[in-house]
Amino acid sequence: MVQALNQALEQEMLRDKRVVVLGEDVGVDGGVFRITDGLLQKFGTKRVIDTPLAESGIIGVAIGMSVYGFRPVAEIQFMGFVFTAFNQIISHVARLRNRSRGRFSVPMVIRMPYGAGVKALEHHSESTEALFCHIPGLKVVVPSNPYDAKGLLTASIRSEDPVLFLEPKKLYRAGRQEVPKNDYDLPLGSAKIVREGEGLTIICWGAMVPQAQTAAEAVEKEGIFPEILDLRTLSPLDRETIIQSVKHTGRALIVHEAPKKCGLGAEISALINEKALLSLDAPVLRITGQDIVVPLSKSEDYYYPSPARIVWGIKQTMEF
Amino acid sequence: MFQILNEKGEVKIELEPELSPDVLKELYTLMVTTRVADTKALKLQRQGRMGTFAQSLGHEACQVGSAYAVEAKDWTVPYFRDLGTYVTLGFPLKYWYLYWMGNEEGMHIPEQFNLFTIAVPVGSQLPQAVGLGLAATLKKDRIAVLSMFSDGATSEGDFHEAMNFAGVFRTPNVFLCYNNQYAISTPRSKQTAAKTIAQKAFAYGFDGILVDGNDALAMYVATKEAMERARKGGGPTLIEAYTYRRADHTTSDDAAKYRTEEEVKAWEKKDPIDRFRVYLKTLGFWNENFEQRVQKEAELMADEAVKDAESTPSPAIEELFRHTYSDMPQNLKEQLAELKSVLGKDGK
Repeated sequence: MVQALNQALEQEMLRDKRVVVLGEDVGVDGGVFRITDGLLQKFGTKRVIDTPLAESGIIGVAIGMSVYGFRPVAEIQFMGFVFTAFNQIISHVARLRNRSRGRFSVPMVIRMPYGAGVKALEHHSESTEALFCHIPGLKVVVPSNPYDAKGLLTASIRSEDPVLFLEPKKLYRAGRQEVPKNDYDLPLGSAKIVREGEGLTIICWGAMVPQAQTAAEAVEKEGIFPEILDLRTLSPLDRETIIQSVKHTGRALIVHEAPKKCGLGAEISALINEKALLSLDAPVLRITGQDIVVPLSKSEDYYYPSPARIVWGIKQTMEF
Repeated sequence: MFQILNEKGEVKIELEPELSPDVLKELYTLMVTTRVADTKALKLQRQGRMGTFAQSLGHEACQVGSAYAVEAKDWTVPYFRDLGTYVTLGFPLKYWYLYWMGNEEGMHIPEQFNLFTIAVPVGSQLPQAVGLGLAATLKKDRIAVLSMFSDGATSEGDFHEAMNFAGVFRTPNVFLCYNNQYAISTPRSKQTAAKTIAQKAFAYGFDGILVDGNDALAMYVATKEAMERARKGGGPTLIEAYTYRRADHTTSDDAAKYRTEEEVKAWEKKDPIDRFRVYLKTLGFWNENFEQRVQKEAELMADEAVKDAESTPSPAIEELFRHTYSDMPQNLKEQLAELKSVLGKDGK
């Protein structure tokens, strides 16, 4: 996934001179996860900008650059550090189009590694996508594989709206996948059925997609063949695909690594209740991170939705 | 403190800029127009015809004098107490009234103005102003960016981050702090232990200057110099305009609770318009006829703007939903349709 993201950035910078990359350590160092590696050498310091260590400043400056005609791709080093930039994102990035009645817009991408599962330090495992999905004016995108990562990042850079692009760091270097060399984009706001099935839809995104796939394989021998829906864009939601799939299977299990309380699973569950209640054979169930702070490395596994917990959830739903 | 006109309207000859009679009269006219439009707004608010707003009374010199140094290609990033800036830039006052009347249409800035929207969260506009400056530098545009804020904003992290970025990238920014002594009830002495706000610039590697904010000449000269330096690649400047917020914080505030009448009275004697009038009179550019004409034209302009604003209909419901995204997503379409189906044909 690291190479796919790097390729998307490079190709978009080649294609469109307005695209600039800025953030902490994105230049000389190529980013702490090496997503921007080599870009400084190719495009120079005017397009790959190492900034002072200040998240609010990075986003605020990127807003001004957007209004002046650039398409900034700002990197926040870890999602756990985005909170100092919250005011800029929520009060301005999300609202400038509305506040100016369409005169100004912020076609900016805010990239950040998110999620647990890599035994990281405190504040390096957050998964707070629901906070952003709640805010009108933002789009929130999460890839789950290298092919989608490249196509979705390309689409995010080309989007006229601000996009929070969340990169599951557990999947940065997990497995390999052939990715087309040419540039391509995938539609934002469009979920993908990654596994067709019957009787149950597992709705997930990011690093939970492979977890769900492992769980689905495990229950095959028991004659259960869940459908898996990778949302890919969390805001706006692909409501139609969710509803269609649930109407087809009759059951829904939502898996996310963020805490359960007020998580995006609650929104999706409410949506299913509003639009597909009569198709349901069982209550919508959520398997999520716990409603606690993500523990440090030694205890992280108790927090993180494992294939075993997902299997348990599948059985609860099927046996209801 | 940099001052050209003292409180009595006496000029320091050695600092007096060479400005044509027309320019001097225009500066005066702009300040009077600002006060007239501001006073008008207060009346409207008291009559329930306008919502809460932040009065500019006492800020006429620092708003007008500085904005007068803005050239067509420059950018201006105002804060929420900046009526004089709008007046000086020639922004249609109708929109200014509309905004404070609670109509989103007043937030639209016509294309010919390089003017940013009002940011209510204090100080948050400053990194954005630096972004405009950085963008201009990258495009090799020789422009400057003027951004305004108050003494309270200097306590915000965004002030620090903006100044720091501007220093590191040597962006063409002019940071203009209206030090009006209060952030709602909190006096300047409780915002910072620094002797001046201007001196904060030195820590970021550029110059800061303390200017008499009630002296339109000093404000104009100082801002013009800083803007020109910025346009030439000389980097940012912080200007501290030393002034006083004679009105309440907003029309919802009662300043009598936290400051004395004597204090306010003392600042009335330093009025920016009065001292400029004395100066014009000394030069022979002012008489009663001129005064009456300026007042009358200002009244007329404000009346027209208010009339236009009050006859502007509230935005259509679609308009409220339209500008959230470039394309309306499904959930917004559904909410809009649902709302319209509940509302009658008269929109109620």
